[in-house]
Amino acid sequence: MGSLPKYNFMTKEELLAKLKTIITPYVQNQEGLEALHEDTDFIKDLEINSANLVDVVLDVEDEFDIEIDNEAMEKMITVKDSIAVIESKLASK
Amino acid sequence: MSNKKRVVITGLGVVAPNGMNVSEFDTAIQNGTSGIAHHEELNQLRFSCQIAGRPNYSDDYLNNYFSQLQQKGLEASGMEYGVIAGLDAWKDAKLSLPDADDAPRWNMGVIFGTGILGVDKFRDAIYKVDEGKVRRLGSTTVIQTMASGISAWLGGMLGCGNVVTTNSSACSTGTEAILMAYDRIMMGKADIILAGSTSDSGPYVWGGFDAMRILPYKYNDDPTQASRPMSATASGFVPGSGAGALVIESLESAQKRGAKIYAEILGGHVNSGGQRKEGSMTAPNSEAVQHCIGKALEQSGVNPGEIDAINGHLTATTKDVTEIYNWTKALDRSGKNFPYINSLKSMVGHCLAASGSIESVATVLQLHHGYVFGNLNCDDLHPEIAELIDHQSVPTKTLKITPNIVAKASFGFGDVNACVIFKKYST
Repeated sequence: MGSLPKYNFMTKEELLAKLKTIITPYVQNQEGLEALHEDTDFIKDLEINSANLVDVVLDVEDEFDIEIDNEAMEKMITVKDSIAVIESKLASK
Repeated sequence: MSNKKRVVITGLGVVAPNGMNVSEFDTAIQNGTSGIAHHEELNQLRFSCQIAGRPNYSDDYLNNYFSQLQQKGLEASGMEYGVIAGLDAWKDAKLSLPDADDAPRWNMGVIFGTGILGVDKFRDAIYKVDEGKVRRLGSTTVIQTMASGISAWLGGMLGCGNVVTTNSSACSTGTEAILMAYDRIMMGKADIILAGSTSDSGPYVWGGFDAMRILPYKYNDDPTQASRPMSATASGFVPGSGAGALVIESLESAQKRGAKIYAEILGGHVNSGGQRKEGSMTAPNSEAVQHCIGKALEQSGVNPGEIDAINGHLTATTKDVTEIYNWTKALDRSGKNFPYINSLKSMVGHCLAASGSIESVATVLQLHHGYVFGNLNCDDLHPEIAELIDHQSVPTKTLKITPNIVAKASFGFGDVNACVIFKKYST
């Protein structure tokens, strides 16, 4: 893409806010969502159905215009891990 | 006395081309309201037959049955119809939805059939796979396109711990599901089973039939006239879609719960003509049809003379004459002695895998409310049918009479048959 990628200069807070919006439809534990922090675990704390993790990853791909390979996806267990993956994919764009 | 348990119907649900719920459907079939309409999409796709029976509701309606997450990427119309009809029937039977941590309900099951599920979802998946984008399919392709997706979905919503399965026998699927549930409850293996069937809408389901040239193509401007079972001018079946659902329960369980009882299932039979003689992949062997009806009566302990009305398969092809002939032989009744007979397909078309369950809901409503609905579009009764049975047997207006025992039959590709005997409930 020739145009300037829109998310390359996001702060961590902005990334976190985007991620929160993406995962919200899949969350089954609303208290966990309200208390969202870096160490929040998608499955344990938010009770996201494990099958839905692939949908979260696809939504992340669409939102940030990146591609997340299987290896990177396996690392996306917590909020912190996910932000790290997103940042690294954005940086290598 | 045998150890057979008596089996009754305690809940109904339906999503049909002429009614989105049981009360709308009940009114529509008594008034003879057609649900068949022209569909521009079929014109664009150059179908010969551009009319169909398709349930019609707004997307908002799904919020009553599916969570926002469940609706994400939902592209399986048959799943929508089946879940709506199934949950409606469950609520109608005053059965509860379980909490997440409840034990499975070991005595309750789901037998919900279909011919093919989630074709639109499958189409999307095929495009993505062919483009090398398999990793973009998401998590819901399998659950929306596996045939048992519908029973799995309902089983989970209802917390059922007994049988949870999907049967498939073409156009006899729905009637077969009812009999599978009946058998299991009659034998004491379950107390309550949600039985029914569903069929997707759309060109990918109906296209194959259009290609076989067995759909009417001269009624694109006059859709409500197109489905003409038993008529001299019948020219093929109008494709339809939707779902029907019945809560089937042991009388014992229903009485213990104080449940409303719509009707009793006396018994029935399923069989196949083995694709021998005139039977084939697409045509029934008459001997097998007669055998199926005869066995259904025998198994129900009913004499042919006790049948007050028949809800036929009667799709509006030349086979209608053969079907009437088979009923006259199986019951040994003809002329003025023949029971009333009707075909719901005159109003909704042929809902394929869903036809047996939707038509059974209609049949049970007749017993419960006391009427025999009229047939549309057969004022010109086929002359060969008129030779077999009296005109009076084929009402063209709804009759306000209370049938006591009604036979319902469905026949499907593969030369398979199903016949069930329903009775007005009395203690």
